Amino acid sequence: MADEALFLLLHNEMVSGVYKSAEQGEVENGRCITKLENMGFRVGQGLIERFTKDTARFKDELDIMKFICKDFWTTVFKKQIDNLRTNHQGIYVLQDNKFRLLTQMSAGKQYLEHASKYLAFTCGLIRGGLSNLGIKSIVTAEVSSMPAWAEGLIIGLVTPTFIEPISSVGWGQCSSSRSLTSSSIC
Amino acid sequence: MSRPTHRRPEYRKINKDLFVLTYGALVAQLCKDYEKDEDVNKYLDKMGYGIGTRLVEDFLARSCVGRCHSYSEITDIIAQVAFKMYLGITPSVTCNNSSRNEFSLILDKNPLVEFVEELPAGRSSLCYCNLLCGIIRGALEMVHLAADVTFLQDRLKGDSVTEIGITFLKKPEEKKYRRKK
Repeated sequence: MADEALFLLLHNEMVSGVYKSAEQGEVENGRCITKLENMGFRVGQGLIERFTKDTARFKDELDIMKFICKDFWTTVFKKQIDNLRTNHQGIYVLQDNKFRLLTQMSAGKQYLEHASKYLAFTCGLIRGGLSNLGIKSIVTAEVSSMPAWAEGLIIGLVTPTFIEPISSVGWGQCSSSRSLTSSSIC
Repeated sequence: MSRPTHRRPEYRKINKDLFVLTYGALVAQLCKDYEKDEDVNKYLDKMGYGIGTRLVEDFLARSCVGRCHSYSEITDIIAQVAFKMYLGITPSVTCNNSSRNEFSLILDKNPLVEFVEELPAGRSSLCYCNLLCGIIRGALEMVHLAADVTFLQDRLKGDSVTEIGITFLKKPEEKKYRRKK
């Protein structure tokens, strides 16, 4: 079944549709990206449920991340993540050298600024998948070059494992105790 | 980078789930953004049109079908090759009128609604799968065939089957030839 073409085309149409129907000011304040990310979140939640129905329980967070990098990424994007790095304190960096949703775009720097639109859904997908596996996270992505050859797509994941679930500790406190920017990723 | 020699059956199913779930999330978002059902239906049709214009190239490259000589041949190919290739189902084709330009595709199984129990309250005239109509219309237009594609029956609205009606419209060039004569 040639779903890949269908999904790629649907994703591209979704991105252009969201931006075409965006009202004044929505593009600047990031509402379009939020919409796409939320859609990805919903899909990620559902997908991970169907995927992990028959798999064994995950031992720890790193096990879950390896599952995302290998099985999940292979199913969704037909290849594994090329590089996974972590600082073992909740920050993970996934690197994909040939991201399938961007391979159709022309090489060079011309459309680099627009690439973030096409990453929002995937970030939501990962965040939704992790959320249904019990991990709260913040997922960001960046592209350093098109069409995502070496050093192409870097997805940063921050999983606040020391945060209590819902409300007692605020996000501000988490980031100050973690010193995200200064931690070295091995 | 070597391709895996075989894919586990679960992977293919989950691939299909990805598309179905994405479509569901899209329709849910549209229902939030637009109040009227007609607006959502129109938007889905437009989106489907954009997809269809590109999908037809992928289809022609993969399927290598030859030139068609009649509308019924085209509809058969849509049902037996295209639907099979992309959605894994084979709708049955019926011809609705004697001039052989109105056809129906009857889907007894629709993978797009696999996770849909019922339409949301207050959305009774929402055509959930209107994307399919747009895709068929866009694809046909790229091969220079104008057609009207709508849903005639929909299981989600209480009918017994899901039926897509394709009406091929007369090409404007034919009219010009007649005038010249």
